[in-house]
Order: sequence, then C-alpha cells, then structure tokens
Amino acid sequence: MAFIFYASSIVAVVATLLTITRRNAIHALLYLVVSLLAIAIDFYVMGAPFVAALELIIYAGAIMVLFVFVVMMLNIGEHAAETELDVFRPRAWLGPGLLAAVLLAEVARLVSLQSGAYTGSTEISSKQVAVALFGPYVIGVELASLLLTAGLVGAYHLGRRAVSREEEIRGVDTDESRAVSRGAAVSAGAGRSSHAA
Amino acid sequence: MWSLLRSMWGVFLHAFHRRVTIQYPEEKAILPPRYRGRIVLSRDPDGGERCVACNLCAVVCPTACISLQATEDEHGRRYPEFFRINFSRCIFCGYCEEACPTYAIQLTPDFEMGEYRRQNLVYEKDDLMIAGPGKYPDYNFWRVAGVAIGDKGKGVAEREAPPTDVHSLMP
Amino acid sequence: MINLYPLLIIAAVLFVVLNLAGGLIWVERRLLALWQDRYGPNRVGPFGLGQVVADSVKLFTKEDWIPPFADKAAFVLAPAVVVATSLLAFAVIPFAAGFVVADLSIGILFLLAMSSLGVYSVVLAGWSSNNKYALLGGLRAAAQMLSYEVFMGLSLMGVVVLAGSFRITDIVNAQRHMWYVIPQFAGFVLFFIAGVAETRRLPFDLAEAESELIAGFHSEYSGMKFGMFFVGEYIGVILISAMLTLLYFGGWLGPVLPAPVWFGIKTLFFICVFILLRGALPRPRFDQLMSWGWKVLLPLALVNLLITGAFVLAGV
Repeated sequence: MAFIFYASSIVAVVATLLTITRRNAIHALLYLVVSLLAIAIDFYVMGAPFVAALELIIYAGAIMVLFVFVVMMLNIGEHAAETELDVFRPRAWLGPGLLAAVLLAEVARLVSLQSGAYTGSTEISSKQVAVALFGPYVIGVELASLLLTAGLVGAYHLGRRAVSREEEIRGVDTDESRAVSRGAAVSAGAGRSSHAA
Repeated sequence: MWSLLRSMWGVFLHAFHRRVTIQYPEEKAILPPRYRGRIVLSRDPDGGERCVACNLCAVVCPTACISLQATEDEHGRRYPEFFRINFSRCIFCGYCEEACPTYAIQLTPDFEMGEYRRQNLVYEKDDLMIAGPGKYPDYNFWRVAGVAIGDKGKGVAEREAPPTDVHSLMP
Repeated sequence: MINLYPLLIIAAVLFVVLNLAGGLIWVERRLLALWQDRYGPNRVGPFGLGQVVADSVKLFTKEDWIPPFADKAAFVLAPAVVVATSLLAFAVIPFAAGFVVADLSIGILFLLAMSSLGVYSVVLAGWSSNNKYALLGGLRAAAQMLSYEVFMGLSLMGVVVLAGSFRITDIVNAQRHMWYVIPQFAGFVLFFIAGVAETRRLPFDLAEAESELIAGFHSEYSGMKFGMFFVGEYIGVILISAMLTLLYFGGWLGPVLPAPVWFGIKTLFFICVFILLRGALPRPRFDQLMSWGWKVLLPLALVNLLITGAFVLAGV
C-alpha cells in the first residue's frame, strides 16, 4: 500500500510540474487531470474512499471538463502560446514563487513534526464523513452552501442580463419573436405559391 | 411523455408485422413491363433492323454514353454501322427510348448486368440487338415512313395515301 | 502465492463484456431491422452472426488515418479513454453474489466517477480533430453529459438512502423482498433518461447528430480508433443496463435459474429497450435537451430524494 501511495504521489507531483510548464492550455489541463487522479488514488490508499470518489466526480469529472470546455470555446492559438512565454520571466514568477516557497517550508516543517501521519489501516466510511459534516462541521457546510448559492445567483444574473438585452433589441420575447418570424416565412411562402398557381 | 411511450409501443408492435424485404438473389422482385433496365435494339416484324441511325438517341443522352455511325444499304435505307452503349456511364433515364422515332431502342426490365471488368460493360451492336420487335410487335417503320426507298415507291405502304399532286387543280 | 481468483474474474468479465459489446452490433442491427419490418444482416454465417467478425476485420484492416491538422497526442488518447473508463466501471459490477472484481464500499460513486471521466474522450476527440463539426459535437457532448450527470447522481441517491450503502452488493441484497423500482419508480425513470443521455445514444445523440454534424466528435476518426468509440458506446449501453438491473431490478436475485443467468436476462432486456428507444424516438433540439435536464429532471430528482429521505426518517 505504501508503495502505491508513493508511486501515485510521484505521478501527482510530476503531472503538476508538467501542468505549469506546458504551453498548450489543453495539454496542461490534461496533466492537471492526471494529477487529480493520482491524488484520488492517494486518498483511497490513505483510507478515505469517499473523498477519493468525490475528487474524481467533482474535480476531475466536472470542474476540469468545464475548464476544457471553456478553453475549447476560446480557441486559444499560437498567439497565446507566445504570450505564455512572458510568464517564464523572473519578474512574473518571483512573487508567487516566494509565497509558494513559504508554503513549502511550512509543509516540510509540519511533516517533520508529525511522524507517522500516514494511516492506511482504517477506512473512513461515507457515513462517518456525513456524520462529521452535519455534526461538528455543520457551520462550515452551511457557509459553503451559501457561497455556492451566491455563485449560482450571480451566474444566473449574468446569463439573465444577456437574454433580456437581446429581448430589448428585438423588442419582444425571443421565443415569441421566433414564432412570429417563422409565421411570416410561412405566409410569404404561401403567397409565392399562390402566385405560381 | 405519453406520446413517447405510445410511439415506442407502436414501434415494438412492428416486431410482429410481415417483413417487406425481398430476399433478392433467391427471390426476384416483380418488375413492371415498362421498367427502365438494360437497353436493347429491336427488329421489325420482318426481321430487319429498326434503327435508322438518326442519332437522336445519342444527342438526347445526358451522359453521352451512346455512340453510332450511320451508313446506307443498297436500297438507300439508313442503318448503324456500329452502335455502342457504354453501360458504365448509362443512367437508365429512358430518354433515348422517348427520342427514338422508330421504336428501335427500348429499355427492358432486366438490371442484372454486373461485371468484374469495366470494359465488359461496353455493349456493341451484336450485344444490344434482339431477335424480336420488343414492345411494339406490329410496327414496321419502313412500311409507314412515306419515303421512297429501293423496292417501295412513295405512298404505297400500309395506311398511306398516294402523295398529293400539287400541280393539279382538283382537290 | 498470488491469489488467482480475482485475475480469473477480471479475465471472465473482460471476455464477456468485450464479446457482448461486439455482438451487440449484430443484435442492434437485427433488432432495429425487426422493428422496421426488415431482416438486417442475415447473410454472413448462421443468422448473420458472422457479420460481427466481418465488421471487426474490416475495422482492423482499414487505414488508420490521423489528420495532419490534428493534435496527435489528444487524438490518440481520446478513443482509449472511452474504452478504458467504461471497462473500469465494470470492476464494481457484481454479476452474482461474490462474482465481482472489486466490491468497493463506494461502488456507485466509482461508477459515477467513471462515467464523468468518460466525458473527456468526447471532448478531447472533438477538440483534437481540429474540425468545426467535431468541435461542435464535443461542446454539445460536454454540456449534455455534465448536465445529465448531475441528476443521474441525485436520482441514484434515493436507492442509496433506502439501502443505506454505496456498496452495490449491499444494495442488491437489500432488494430481497422488493425491487427498488417500486418505491423508487421516479428515480428509476430519471436514472434511465440520464443513462441514455450519458451513453450518448439516440434520442440523445446530439454529440454526433449525423444530420447536422456529419458524425460529430468522431468525424475525423477512421479504422480501429473509430471502432473504439463504437465499442465504447456499446460497453456504455451494457454498463447502464447492468446498473439499472442492479439498482432497481434486484440484480442477480430471482427464482429457479442460477444468479448470473437472471442478471444476464435482466441486462439484456434493458439493452433491447435501449435499441427500441433508438428505433422509436426522434432527437430533441439541443436547447430543449438542456432546459429539460435542468428545469424538469433536476428538480424532480431533488423532490424524489427529499420524499425518500422523509420516508426513511419517518421510519416507514
């Protein structure tokens, strides 16, 4: 089990490195997916199958697909790959690099403090996770759901505004106008055929 | 939702319907007599060629798959020296049959003309010519043509009146 | 000494599933023909069964062309993903009591995860082909599968709440007295619709929609890469049918006949329903599909979950 853990950890680290160095956005995202899959295996090996499954379904299966979706829609070409090169100048990566180094130091310190943090023996069932989430951590869950609701409302608002603007331009409800224009086309066709007759 | 279920049920019931497929090589389809299949050249009831090599079929053919060369026999009757149809080009539209003034060229209800070599699809006059009169058993062009040729004067053939004498004053 | 039993099961599952997927090509063509008053392939071998062999020989010997304008790595990866994810999902499908590769405690979640990873195959195929129609197909597939995945998971949760476990074996065993299709009929209907959409089968095949998008996301694929998409689709059909059987129709439980036979009969029945759907229903418009998914089916799934939860809480 420990071997699988370390193997998939190495895969995760390598895939993440490749994610931030690839210039093709889709390839980078695919490496990120690989990294997420590897982390899911890590979770599973550490005895958290529920988290592993959620990692697969939500991160790899839904969020990353949306990322790929957006990148596909934007049609990022050669030009974007050239601007990507700017990122590799020291001015661009110095600040984030320093912050990441601080985080790395913290992680290293924590790992050195806690020996034997790796526990692969006990499996945490989904029921235990649920009890924990809706017991001691219920406030956190509710806050997260509030945040998600806010996001949902925001997305709805943005989408809604686009539709209403379209309606303003056309002066009518889009569906109705579509029906009207279709009716006009039909009657125009009828007029032509009566002419022909 | 209901209509979806109903259409699914309706399609399912088709499992118990008779199948409309004709198992072709074992079971032949019934073709109507005027089916536009393989092209033939017919003969008149006397056994002579009907084709007068007028080239109308070659002209009307949309794919230009008919080629022929006209010539005359000792009576002054025109006939094709060669008559060639390239069936790898032919689309069986039947225009040639409609254009033919002598019912010589006819389409038959036969479509089984598969070949392994393309060259075999070019039919010569010998391949096209049949022994009988085809769809018009009594028709003989030279008997109703109204032209003088060899052994037959003008206006002496079947259903022909003698030609009007335009110099006479009588009606 | 390595325990050979799991390996044997893996080999058996792969053998059965792959052969069935190949055979389904023939089954589908014959059944569609039956419902359209035709015969279908009946020339090669007995009942035309040799058609499967002929088709696969054709697919294997065809030129396997990668377009020069395609993104090669992703283009090759895409068909592998579809087959890999659908075959992996069979790891948690029990064919009978104990006859399962890995009886995970998160079986249903694993199935959902694999079906959501399957989206990548379509999206990548659509993007890497560098073809407008393929891209449109990929976009449609991504949007459709993401939307339908949401209530696919939610519609299953009713069963999970009743059985009290994500483990598929537990769920089947909990159906000894009553199949879950009776208390969870709404969930069954919702899951069935979502399942058809997840496999991108007609009437939800907007990702390939041959009358609008040539062949959608796999327009540029030829030879065995196309064959992989083809087989992947059939494996998906078998997978969804097996899930329907296990979660709603008592899996391998049944009188007289041995357990795998019952499982096979029920699964085959659902496969035939899939084919009947293809023969009977027209394809919806894309915006209709999306608004149906989000505005009708998702609320229904939530309501179903709510009612089920209320009943379980009340202890009925």
